[in-house]
Amino acid sequence: MRLSPNSKSLMMVSPLVAVLFVFLVCPIAMIAIVSFWRATEFSIIPAFVFENYEFLFGSSVTYRVFFNTFKYALITWAATLLIGFTVAYFLAFHIRTLRWQIALFLLCTIPFWTSNIIRMISWIPFLGRNGIANSTLISWGVIDEPLEWLLFSDFAVVLAFVHLYTLFMVVPIFNTMMRIDKSLIEAARDAGANGAQILWNVIIPLTKPGIMIGTIFVVTLVMGDFITVRFMSGSQSANVGRLISNDVALLAYPSASATAVVLLCTVLIVIGILLRFVDIRKEL
Amino acid sequence: MEPRSRSFYVLAAFFTLFMLFLYGPTVTIAILSFQGPSGGLTFPMNGVSLHWFRDLFEQQAVGDIWGSFSRSLVLGLMVMVTTVVVSVMGGLAFRRRFPGSNILFYLIITALVIPSILISLGVGLMFSQSGLTVHWATSGFGAQLTWTLPFGLLIMFAVFNRFDSSYEEAARDLGATSWQTIRHVVLPIIAPSLIGVALFGFTLSYDEFARTLLTAGSYNTLPLEIFGMTTNVTTPVLYALGTLTTGFSLIMIGAFLLLTWVSTKRKARAGSDAGKGMV
Repeated sequence: MRLSPNSKSLMMVSPLVAVLFVFLVCPIAMIAIVSFWRATEFSIIPAFVFENYEFLFGSSVTYRVFFNTFKYALITWAATLLIGFTVAYFLAFHIRTLRWQIALFLLCTIPFWTSNIIRMISWIPFLGRNGIANSTLISWGVIDEPLEWLLFSDFAVVLAFVHLYTLFMVVPIFNTMMRIDKSLIEAARDAGANGAQILWNVIIPLTKPGIMIGTIFVVTLVMGDFITVRFMSGSQSANVGRLISNDVALLAYPSASATAVVLLCTVLIVIGILLRFVDIRKEL
Repeated sequence: MEPRSRSFYVLAAFFTLFMLFLYGPTVTIAILSFQGPSGGLTFPMNGVSLHWFRDLFEQQAVGDIWGSFSRSLVLGLMVMVTTVVVSVMGGLAFRRRFPGSNILFYLIITALVIPSILISLGVGLMFSQSGLTVHWATSGFGAQLTWTLPFGLLIMFAVFNRFDSSYEEAARDLGATSWQTIRHVVLPIIAPSLIGVALFGFTLSYDEFARTLLTAGSYNTLPLEIFGMTTNVTTPVLYALGTLTTGFSLIMIGAFLLLTWVSTKRKARAGSDAGKGMV
Protein backbone atom coordinates (compact mmCIF):
# COMPACT_ATOMS: atom_id res chain seq x y z
CA MET A 1 0.00 0.00 0.00
CA ARG A 2 1.31 3.47 -0.85
CA LEU A 3 0.53 6.42 1.36
CA SER A 4 -0.84 9.53 -0.24
CA PRO A 5 1.53 12.52 -0.13
CA ASN A 6 -0.81 14.30 2.27
CA SER A 7 -0.91 11.52 4.82
CA LYS A 8 2.86 11.19 4.53
CA SER A 9 3.26 14.89 5.37
CA LEU A 10 0.82 14.59 8.24
CA MET A 11 2.75 11.64 9.63
CA MET A 12 5.97 13.63 9.47
CA VAL A 13 4.52 16.54 11.43
CA SER A 14 2.63 14.40 13.94
CA PRO A 15 5.30 14.64 16.69
CA LEU A 16 5.38 18.40 16.21
CA VAL A 17 1.59 18.61 16.35
CA ALA A 18 1.55 16.45 19.47
CA VAL A 19 4.08 18.63 21.32
CA LEU A 20 2.41 21.89 20.31
CA PHE A 21 -1.02 20.55 21.17
CA VAL A 22 -0.11 19.25 24.61
CA PHE A 23 2.30 22.01 25.65
CA LEU A 24 0.96 25.05 23.82
CA VAL A 25 -2.72 24.72 22.89
CA CYS A 26 -3.83 22.87 26.02
CA PRO A 27 -2.00 25.18 28.45
CA ILE A 28 -3.52 28.25 26.75
CA ALA A 29 -6.95 26.63 26.94
CA MET A 30 -6.31 25.75 30.56
CA ILE A 31 -5.38 29.34 31.39
CA ALA A 32 -8.46 30.62 29.60
CA ILE A 33 -10.67 28.22 31.59
CA VAL A 34 -9.05 28.91 34.96
CA SER A 35 -9.36 32.66 34.40
CA PHE A 36 -13.11 32.22 35.04
CA TRP A 37 -12.60 30.20 38.21
CA ARG A 38 -12.92 31.32 41.75
CA ALA A 39 -10.15 31.34 44.32
CA THR A 40 -10.11 31.02 48.07
CA GLU A 41 -7.01 31.38 50.16
CA PHE A 42 -6.26 27.67 49.96
CA SER A 43 -7.67 26.39 46.72
CA ILE A 44 -9.12 27.23 43.36
CA ILE A 45 -12.69 26.27 42.55
CA PRO A 46 -14.14 25.59 39.11
CA ALA A 47 -16.75 28.22 38.31
CA PHE A 48 -17.78 30.59 35.59
CA VAL A 49 -17.45 34.05 37.05
CA PHE A 50 -16.04 37.25 35.64
CA GLU A 51 -14.73 38.55 38.96
CA ASN A 52 -11.08 38.09 38.00
CA TYR A 53 -11.53 40.25 34.92
CA GLU A 54 -13.69 42.75 36.79
CA PHE A 55 -11.01 43.10 39.43
CA LEU A 56 -8.27 43.34 36.79
CA PHE A 57 -9.98 46.05 34.72
CA GLY A 58 -11.26 47.83 37.82
CA SER A 59 -7.83 48.35 39.32
CA SER A 60 -5.67 51.35 38.48
CA VAL A 61 -2.57 49.20 39.09
CA THR A 62 -3.39 47.22 35.96
CA TYR A 63 -3.31 50.26 33.74
CA ARG A 64 -0.10 51.53 35.29
CA VAL A 65 1.56 48.19 34.86
CA PHE A 66 0.41 47.84 31.24
CA PHE A 67 1.67 51.35 30.58
CA ASN A 68 5.02 50.37 32.12
CA THR A 69 5.18 47.26 29.95
CA PHE A 70 4.63 49.30 26.78
CA LYS A 71 7.15 51.87 27.97
CA TYR A 72 9.86 49.22 28.41
CA ALA A 73 8.98 47.70 25.06
CA LEU A 74 9.12 51.01 23.23
CA ILE A 75 12.40 52.26 24.73
CA THR A 76 14.08 48.87 24.33
CA TRP A 77 12.80 48.63 20.76
CA ALA A 78 14.23 52.01 19.82
CA ALA A 79 17.61 51.30 21.41
CA THR A 80 17.98 47.77 20.02
CA LEU A 81 16.91 48.94 16.55
CA LEU A 82 19.46 51.73 16.50
CA ILE A 83 22.32 49.57 17.80
CA GLY A 84 21.28 46.46 15.90
CA PHE A 85 20.92 48.27 12.60
CA THR A 86 24.30 49.98 12.96
CA VAL A 87 26.07 46.75 13.85
CA ALA A 88 24.40 44.81 11.03
CA TYR A 89 25.15 47.61 8.57
CA PHE A 90 28.81 47.58 9.56
CA LEU A 91 29.02 43.79 9.19
CA ALA A 92 27.13 43.63 5.89
CA PHE A 93 28.59 46.61 4.03
CA HIS A 94 31.94 47.47 5.58
CA ILE A 95 33.45 44.05 6.25
CA ARG A 96 34.77 42.82 2.96
CA THR A 97 35.40 39.12 3.31
CA LEU A 98 32.80 36.49 4.10
CA ARG A 99 35.18 34.82 6.55
CA TRP A 100 35.40 37.97 8.69
CA GLN A 101 31.70 38.63 8.36
CA ILE A 102 30.92 35.18 9.75
CA ALA A 103 33.52 35.50 12.51
CA LEU A 104 32.26 38.88 13.74
CA PHE A 105 28.65 37.78 13.35
CA LEU A 106 29.32 34.75 15.55
CA LEU A 107 30.97 37.04 18.09
CA CYS A 108 27.65 38.90 18.27
CA THR A 109 25.59 35.72 18.68
CA ILE A 110 27.64 33.75 21.21
CA PRO A 111 26.22 35.57 24.28
CA PHE A 112 22.74 34.52 23.13
CA TRP A 113 23.68 30.92 23.84
CA THR A 114 24.75 31.65 27.41
CA SER A 115 22.60 32.17 30.46
CA ASN A 116 20.42 35.30 30.69
CA ILE A 117 20.37 35.14 34.46
CA ILE A 118 24.14 35.24 34.67
CA ARG A 119 24.30 38.05 32.13
CA MET A 120 21.97 40.02 34.41
CA ILE A 121 24.02 39.19 37.51
CA SER A 122 27.13 40.38 35.73
CA TRP A 123 25.86 43.97 35.77
CA ILE A 124 26.11 44.13 39.58
CA PRO A 125 29.83 44.98 39.75
CA PHE A 126 29.30 47.63 37.06
CA LEU A 127 26.22 49.40 38.31
CA GLY A 128 26.31 48.85 42.07
CA ARG A 129 26.71 51.68 44.54
CA ASN A 130 30.46 51.07 44.74
CA GLY A 131 30.57 49.64 41.24
CA ILE A 132 32.85 50.44 38.33
CA ALA A 133 30.55 53.06 36.81
CA ASN A 134 30.20 55.05 40.01
CA SER A 135 33.87 54.90 41.03
CA THR A 136 34.99 55.87 37.53
CA LEU A 137 32.63 58.83 37.40
CA ILE A 138 33.78 59.96 40.85
CA SER A 139 37.45 59.65 39.97
CA TRP A 140 36.82 61.73 36.84
CA GLY A 141 35.14 64.32 38.98
CA VAL A 142 31.87 64.12 37.07
CA ILE A 143 29.88 63.38 40.22
CA ASP A 144 30.60 63.74 43.93
CA GLU A 145 28.22 61.15 45.31
CA PRO A 146 27.56 57.68 43.89
CA LEU A 147 24.48 57.62 41.64
CA GLU A 148 21.74 55.57 43.26
CA TRP A 149 19.70 55.00 40.11
CA LEU A 150 22.24 52.90 38.23
CA LEU A 151 21.31 49.53 39.67
CA PHE A 152 17.79 48.53 40.72
CA SER A 153 16.00 51.11 38.59
CA ASP A 154 14.16 51.46 35.30
CA PHE A 155 17.47 52.45 33.77
CA ALA A 156 18.99 49.11 34.79
CA VAL A 157 15.96 47.24 33.45
CA VAL A 158 16.20 48.82 30.01
CA LEU A 159 19.97 48.44 29.96
CA ALA A 160 19.61 44.72 30.67
CA PHE A 161 16.92 44.35 28.00
CA VAL A 162 19.15 46.04 25.44
CA HIS A 163 22.07 43.89 26.54
CA LEU A 164 20.05 40.68 26.26
CA TYR A 165 17.99 41.32 23.14
CA THR A 166 19.96 43.52 20.69
CA LEU A 167 21.06 40.29 19.06
CA PHE A 168 17.47 39.63 17.98
CA MET A 169 17.71 42.79 15.87
CA VAL A 170 21.22 42.15 14.54
CA VAL A 171 20.50 38.68 13.16
CA PRO A 172 17.40 39.32 11.00
CA ILE A 173 18.63 42.74 9.81
CA PHE A 174 22.05 41.33 8.89
CA ASN A 175 20.30 38.46 7.13
CA THR A 176 18.21 40.75 4.90
CA MET A 177 21.14 43.09 4.28
CA MET A 178 23.27 40.22 3.03
CA ARG A 179 20.64 39.50 0.42
CA ILE A 180 20.61 43.04 -0.98
CA ASP A 181 22.02 43.01 -4.49
CA LYS A 182 25.22 45.07 -4.27
CA SER A 183 24.70 46.32 -7.83
CA LEU A 184 21.68 48.31 -6.61
CA ILE A 185 24.00 50.32 -4.39
CA GLU A 186 26.47 50.84 -7.23
CA ALA A 187 23.60 51.97 -9.43
CA ALA A 188 22.51 54.47 -6.79
CA ARG A 189 26.07 55.77 -6.51
CA ASP A 190 26.43 56.03 -10.29
CA ALA A 191 23.19 57.99 -10.33
CA GLY A 192 24.81 60.50 -7.98
CA ALA A 193 23.42 59.52 -4.58
CA ASN A 194 25.62 60.23 -1.57
CA GLY A 195 26.12 57.82 1.32
CA ALA A 196 23.22 59.13 3.40
CA GLN A 197 20.87 59.03 0.42
CA ILE A 198 21.86 55.46 -0.38
CA LEU A 199 21.27 54.47 3.24
CA TRP A 200 17.89 56.19 3.43
CA ASN A 201 16.47 55.45 -0.02
CA VAL A 202 17.99 52.08 -0.87
CA ILE A 203 19.25 50.16 2.13
CA ILE A 204 16.61 50.97 4.76
CA PRO A 205 13.60 50.18 2.52
CA LEU A 206 15.18 46.89 1.45
CA THR A 207 16.00 46.01 5.07
CA LYS A 208 12.46 46.58 6.30
CA PRO A 209 11.49 42.87 6.52
CA GLY A 210 14.49 42.17 8.74
CA ILE A 211 13.65 45.18 10.89
CA MET A 212 10.07 43.95 11.29
CA ILE A 213 11.15 40.43 12.29
CA GLY A 214 13.62 41.86 14.80
CA THR A 215 10.88 44.13 16.11
CA ILE A 216 8.53 41.18 16.64
CA PHE A 217 11.20 39.33 18.61
CA VAL A 218 12.23 42.25 20.80
CA VAL A 219 8.72 43.51 21.49
CA THR A 220 7.34 40.09 22.44
CA LEU A 221 10.36 39.18 24.56
CA VAL A 222 10.16 42.44 26.49
CA MET A 223 6.39 42.36 26.87
CA GLY A 224 6.42 38.78 28.13
CA ASP A 225 9.38 39.21 30.45
CA PHE A 226 9.09 39.14 34.21
CA ILE A 227 12.46 38.08 35.50
CA THR A 228 14.58 40.90 34.07
CA VAL A 229 12.22 43.49 35.50
CA ARG A 230 12.19 41.81 38.87
CA PHE A 231 15.93 41.34 39.10
CA MET A 232 17.17 44.58 37.59
CA SER A 233 14.63 46.82 39.31
CA GLY A 234 15.26 45.17 42.67
CA SER A 235 11.51 44.45 42.80
CA GLN A 236 10.76 48.18 42.61
CA SER A 237 9.14 48.27 39.18
CA ALA A 238 6.46 46.08 37.72
CA ASN A 239 5.33 44.94 34.31
CA VAL A 240 2.51 42.59 33.38
CA GLY A 241 4.71 39.51 33.67
CA ARG A 242 5.53 40.38 37.24
CA LEU A 243 1.87 40.91 38.02
CA ILE A 244 1.28 37.34 36.87
CA SER A 245 4.25 35.88 38.74
CA ASN A 246 3.26 37.70 41.94
CA ASP A 247 -0.23 36.19 41.72
CA VAL A 248 1.33 32.79 41.13
CA ALA A 249 3.48 33.20 44.23
CA LEU A 250 0.28 33.87 46.20
CA LEU A 251 -1.31 30.80 44.57
CA ALA A 252 -3.98 33.12 43.11
CA TYR A 253 -4.10 31.16 39.87
CA PRO A 254 -7.47 32.44 38.56
CA SER A 255 -6.33 36.02 38.89
CA ALA A 256 -2.94 35.18 37.34
CA SER A 257 -4.75 33.44 34.47
CA ALA A 258 -7.00 36.41 33.77
CA THR A 259 -3.97 38.70 33.59
CA ALA A 260 -2.22 36.15 31.38
CA VAL A 261 -5.18 36.04 28.98
CA VAL A 262 -5.17 39.83 28.67
CA LEU A 263 -1.39 39.85 28.18
CA LEU A 264 -1.61 37.18 25.50
CA CYS A 265 -4.34 39.09 23.64
CA THR A 266 -2.28 42.27 23.83
CA VAL A 267 0.84 40.55 22.48
CA LEU A 268 -1.12 38.86 19.70
CA ILE A 269 -2.72 42.16 18.66
CA VAL A 270 0.71 43.80 18.51
CA ILE A 271 2.07 40.87 16.47
CA GLY A 272 -0.98 40.97 14.22
CA ILE A 273 -0.28 44.62 13.45
CA LEU A 274 3.42 43.98 12.86
CA LEU A 275 2.73 41.00 10.61
CA ARG A 276 0.83 43.29 8.24
CA PHE A 277 4.19 44.78 7.31
CA VAL A 278 6.08 41.56 6.62
CA ASP A 279 5.47 38.11 5.16
CA ILE A 280 7.54 35.88 7.43
CA ARG A 281 7.35 32.84 5.18
CA LYS A 282 8.90 34.78 2.32
CA GLU A 283 11.77 36.00 4.45
CA LEU A 284 13.09 32.66 5.70
CA MET B 1 40.37 47.68 -3.43
CA GLU B 2 39.28 51.19 -2.68
CA PRO B 3 40.63 52.69 0.54
CA ARG B 4 38.57 52.53 3.73
CA SER B 5 36.20 55.44 4.09
CA ARG B 6 35.99 57.50 7.25
CA SER B 7 32.62 55.98 8.10
CA PHE B 8 34.34 52.59 8.30
CA TYR B 9 36.45 53.75 11.23
CA VAL B 10 33.47 55.36 12.96
CA LEU B 11 31.42 52.19 12.59
CA ALA B 12 34.35 49.98 13.60
CA ALA B 13 34.67 52.03 16.79
CA PHE B 14 30.93 51.63 17.39
CA PHE B 15 31.19 47.89 16.84
CA THR B 16 34.11 47.68 19.30
CA LEU B 17 32.07 49.53 21.91
CA PHE B 18 29.18 47.17 21.28
CA MET B 19 31.48 44.20 21.85
CA LEU B 20 32.67 45.78 25.11
CA PHE B 21 29.06 46.27 26.14
CA LEU B 22 28.25 42.67 25.21
CA TYR B 23 31.22 40.96 26.82
CA GLY B 24 32.46 43.47 29.40
CA PRO B 25 30.14 42.51 32.26
CA THR B 26 30.76 38.78 31.78
CA VAL B 27 34.52 39.30 31.72
CA THR B 28 34.23 41.41 34.86
CA ILE B 29 32.49 38.73 36.89
CA ALA B 30 34.99 36.21 35.56
CA ILE B 31 37.79 38.36 37.00
CA LEU B 32 35.91 39.01 40.24
CA SER B 33 35.28 35.32 40.80
CA PHE B 34 38.99 35.03 41.62
CA GLN B 35 38.54 37.40 44.58
CA GLY B 36 40.46 36.65 47.73
CA PRO B 37 38.54 35.07 50.64
CA SER B 38 37.70 38.48 52.13
CA GLY B 39 36.82 40.11 48.80
CA GLY B 40 33.39 41.51 48.00
CA LEU B 41 31.04 41.73 45.03
CA THR B 42 32.82 44.68 43.41
CA PHE B 43 36.34 45.89 42.82
CA PRO B 44 38.91 46.31 44.29
CA MET B 45 40.24 42.78 44.24
CA ASN B 46 41.21 41.66 47.72
CA GLY B 47 43.97 39.35 46.63
CA VAL B 48 43.65 36.57 44.09
CA SER B 49 42.49 33.11 45.01
CA LEU B 50 40.46 30.09 44.01
CA HIS B 51 38.61 30.30 47.30
CA TRP B 52 35.15 30.79 45.80
CA PHE B 53 35.58 28.00 43.29
CA ARG B 54 36.67 25.69 46.10
CA ASP B 55 33.49 26.70 47.91
CA LEU B 56 31.44 25.42 45.00
CA PHE B 57 32.97 21.98 45.23
CA GLU B 58 32.32 21.67 48.93
CA GLN B 59 29.05 20.71 50.51
CA GLN B 60 27.75 24.08 51.58
CA ALA B 61 24.66 26.11 52.24
CA VAL B 62 24.12 27.38 48.71
CA GLY B 63 22.12 24.36 47.64
CA ASP B 64 22.33 21.44 45.30
CA ILE B 65 24.47 22.88 42.52
CA TRP B 66 25.89 19.67 41.13
CA GLY B 67 22.55 17.89 41.23
CA SER B 68 20.91 20.73 39.37
CA PHE B 69 23.80 20.88 36.91
CA SER B 70 23.43 17.20 36.04
CA ARG B 71 19.66 17.58 35.67
CA SER B 72 20.15 20.57 33.35
CA LEU B 73 22.71 18.62 31.34
CA VAL B 74 20.43 15.59 30.89
CA LEU B 75 17.44 17.78 30.11
CA GLY B 76 19.50 19.78 27.60
CA LEU B 77 20.53 16.60 25.80
CA MET B 78 16.92 15.30 25.78
CA VAL B 79 15.66 18.58 24.37
CA MET B 80 18.49 18.72 21.84
CA VAL B 81 17.84 15.27 20.38
CA THR B 82 14.07 15.81 20.27
CA THR B 83 14.44 19.24 18.69
CA VAL B 84 16.70 17.94 15.93
CA VAL B 85 14.50 14.96 15.06
CA VAL B 86 11.16 16.79 15.21
CA SER B 87 12.51 19.84 13.34
CA VAL B 88 13.95 17.76 10.49
CA MET B 89 10.71 15.83 10.10
CA GLY B 90 8.72 19.06 10.25
CA GLY B 91 11.06 20.80 7.83
CA LEU B 92 10.76 17.95 5.32
CA ALA B 93 6.97 17.93 5.60
CA PHE B 94 6.67 21.70 5.20
CA ARG B 95 8.29 21.63 1.78
CA ARG B 96 4.85 21.06 0.34
CA ARG B 97 1.46 22.29 1.45
CA PHE B 98 -0.72 19.83 3.32
CA PRO B 99 -4.08 20.16 5.04
CA GLY B 100 -3.59 22.34 8.10
CA SER B 101 -0.08 23.49 7.18
CA ASN B 102 -1.07 27.12 7.48
CA ILE B 103 -2.58 26.69 10.93
CA LEU B 104 0.45 24.71 12.05
CA PHE B 105 2.77 27.44 10.77
CA TYR B 106 0.95 30.08 12.79
CA LEU B 107 0.99 27.78 15.80
CA ILE B 108 4.78 27.64 15.52
CA ILE B 109 4.93 31.44 15.38
CA THR B 110 2.64 31.58 18.42
CA ALA B 111 4.97 29.28 20.33
CA LEU B 112 7.79 31.67 19.50
CA VAL B 113 6.08 34.88 20.57
CA ILE B 114 3.97 33.73 23.51
CA PRO B 115 5.25 35.09 26.84
CA SER B 116 7.14 32.24 28.50
CA ILE B 117 5.36 32.70 31.82
CA LEU B 118 2.12 31.66 30.10
CA ILE B 119 3.62 28.31 29.12
CA SER B 120 4.97 27.89 32.62
CA LEU B 121 1.64 28.78 34.24
CA GLY B 122 -0.50 26.84 31.78
CA VAL B 123 1.52 23.63 31.89
CA GLY B 124 1.76 23.85 35.67
CA LEU B 125 -2.01 24.30 36.00
CA MET B 126 -2.74 21.54 33.54
CA PHE B 127 -0.57 19.07 35.43
CA SER B 128 -1.84 19.99 38.89
CA GLN B 129 -5.51 19.95 37.84
CA SER B 130 -5.21 16.54 36.20
CA GLY B 131 -3.50 15.12 39.25
CA LEU B 132 -0.05 14.73 37.69
CA THR B 133 3.11 15.87 39.42
CA VAL B 134 5.27 18.36 37.58
CA HIS B 135 8.77 17.07 36.94
CA TRP B 136 11.63 18.54 34.95
CA ALA B 137 11.80 15.50 32.67
CA THR B 138 8.09 15.57 31.75
CA SER B 139 6.39 18.95 32.13
CA GLY B 140 9.71 20.84 32.12
CA PHE B 141 10.84 18.96 29.03
CA GLY B 142 7.63 19.71 27.12
CA ALA B 143 7.55 23.35 28.18
CA GLN B 144 11.11 23.84 26.90
CA LEU B 145 10.29 22.19 23.58
CA THR B 146 7.75 24.94 22.85
CA TRP B 147 10.72 27.34 22.83
CA THR B 148 13.39 25.25 21.06
CA LEU B 149 11.20 23.72 18.35
CA PRO B 150 10.24 27.04 16.70
CA PHE B 151 13.94 27.93 16.42
CA GLY B 152 14.78 24.51 15.02
CA LEU B 153 11.92 24.69 12.54
CA LEU B 154 12.73 28.22 11.39
CA ILE B 155 16.29 27.10 10.70
CA MET B 156 15.00 24.06 8.79
CA PHE B 157 12.58 26.23 6.77
CA ALA B 158 15.46 28.52 5.84
CA VAL B 159 17.63 25.53 4.90
CA PHE B 160 15.00 23.87 2.74
CA ASN B 161 14.09 27.16 1.03
CA ARG B 162 17.65 27.17 -0.31
CA PHE B 163 17.79 23.42 -0.96
CA ASP B 164 18.47 22.41 -4.56
CA SER B 165 15.90 19.67 -5.15
CA SER B 166 17.66 18.46 -8.30
CA TYR B 167 19.88 16.33 -6.06
CA GLU B 168 16.81 14.48 -4.88
CA GLU B 169 15.44 14.13 -8.38
CA ALA B 170 18.76 12.66 -9.46
CA ALA B 171 18.61 10.16 -6.61
CA ARG B 172 15.07 9.23 -7.48
CA ASP B 173 15.96 8.82 -11.15
CA LEU B 174 18.68 6.42 -10.07
CA GLY B 175 16.03 4.33 -8.34
CA ALA B 176 16.43 5.38 -4.72
CA THR B 177 13.41 4.98 -2.48
CA SER B 178 12.25 8.07 -0.65
CA TRP B 179 13.87 6.86 2.58
CA GLN B 180 17.16 6.20 0.76
CA THR B 181 16.96 9.67 -0.79
CA ILE B 182 16.55 11.27 2.61
CA ARG B 183 19.16 9.10 4.31
CA HIS B 184 21.90 9.27 1.68
CA VAL B 185 21.22 12.56 -0.11
CA VAL B 186 19.18 15.04 1.92
CA LEU B 187 20.57 14.42 5.41
CA PRO B 188 24.25 14.61 4.43
CA ILE B 189 23.61 17.88 2.59
CA ILE B 190 21.82 19.51 5.52
CA ALA B 191 24.13 18.02 8.18
CA PRO B 192 25.93 21.29 9.09
CA SER B 193 22.59 23.02 9.71
CA LEU B 194 21.49 20.12 11.90
CA ILE B 195 24.44 20.79 14.17
CA GLY B 196 23.20 24.38 14.37
CA VAL B 197 19.73 23.18 15.36
CA ALA B 198 21.33 20.95 18.00
CA LEU B 199 23.26 23.94 19.36
CA PHE B 200 20.04 25.93 19.72
CA GLY B 201 18.23 22.98 21.28
CA PHE B 202 20.89 22.34 23.87
CA THR B 203 21.83 25.88 24.88
CA LEU B 204 18.28 27.26 24.96
CA SER B 205 17.24 24.39 27.20
CA TYR B 206 20.35 24.57 29.39
CA ASP B 207 19.76 28.26 30.10
CA GLU B 208 15.96 28.33 30.14
CA PHE B 209 14.46 29.92 33.20
CA ALA B 210 10.90 31.20 32.76
CA ARG B 211 9.45 28.11 31.09
CA THR B 212 10.88 25.76 33.73
CA LEU B 213 9.99 27.94 36.70
CA LEU B 214 6.58 26.37 37.39
CA THR B 215 7.14 23.14 35.53
CA ALA B 216 10.33 21.71 37.04
CA GLY B 217 8.80 20.42 40.25
CA SER B 218 10.80 19.76 43.39
CA TYR B 219 14.14 19.29 41.66
CA ASN B 220 15.64 22.51 40.32
CA THR B 221 17.48 22.92 37.07
CA LEU B 222 20.67 24.99 37.17
CA PRO B 223 19.20 28.37 36.11
CA LEU B 224 16.49 28.02 38.77
CA GLU B 225 19.16 27.17 41.32
CA ILE B 226 21.26 30.18 40.31
CA PHE B 227 18.27 32.49 40.48
CA GLY B 228 17.49 31.18 43.96
CA MET B 229 21.07 32.00 44.93
CA THR B 230 20.75 35.64 43.82
CA THR B 231 18.32 36.32 46.63
CA ASN B 232 20.37 34.87 49.48
CA VAL B 233 24.00 34.63 48.41
CA THR B 234 26.00 37.84 48.63
CA THR B 235 29.51 36.54 48.14
CA PRO B 236 31.59 36.08 44.98
CA VAL B 237 30.66 32.39 45.04
CA LEU B 238 27.80 33.53 42.79
CA TYR B 239 30.35 34.87 40.30
CA ALA B 240 32.37 31.68 40.53
CA LEU B 241 29.30 29.65 39.63
CA GLY B 242 28.42 32.10 36.85
CA THR B 243 31.93 31.87 35.47
CA LEU B 244 31.96 28.07 35.56
CA THR B 245 28.61 27.61 33.86
CA THR B 246 29.34 30.31 31.27
CA GLY B 247 32.65 28.55 30.65
CA PHE B 248 30.78 25.29 30.19
CA SER B 249 28.38 26.98 27.74
CA LEU B 250 31.31 28.42 25.79
CA ILE B 251 32.96 25.01 25.55
CA MET B 252 29.71 23.52 24.22
CA ILE B 253 29.24 26.38 21.75
CA GLY B 254 32.84 26.00 20.61
CA ALA B 255 32.39 22.27 20.14
CA PHE B 256 29.21 22.74 18.10
CA LEU B 257 30.75 25.46 15.93
CA LEU B 258 33.84 23.35 15.36
CA LEU B 259 31.66 20.41 14.34
CA THR B 260 29.72 22.63 11.93
CA TRP B 261 32.95 23.89 10.44
CA VAL B 262 34.40 20.38 10.04
CA SER B 263 31.23 19.01 8.48
CA THR B 264 31.00 21.95 6.06
CA LYS B 265 34.61 21.31 5.04
CA ARG B 266 33.93 17.61 4.62
CA LYS B 267 30.86 18.34 2.57
CA ALA B 268 32.82 20.67 0.33
CA ARG B 269 35.49 18.01 -0.17
CA ALA B 270 33.15 15.07 -0.66
CA GLY B 271 30.49 17.02 -2.50
CA SER B 272 31.68 16.39 -6.00
CA ASP B 273 34.13 14.03 -7.61
CA ALA B 274 33.54 15.46 -11.04
CA GLY B 275 36.66 15.38 -13.18
CA LYS B 276 38.63 13.28 -10.74
CA GLY B 277 38.54 10.21 -12.93
CA MET B 278 36.85 7.97 -10.40
CA VAL B 279 34.77 5.12 -11.70
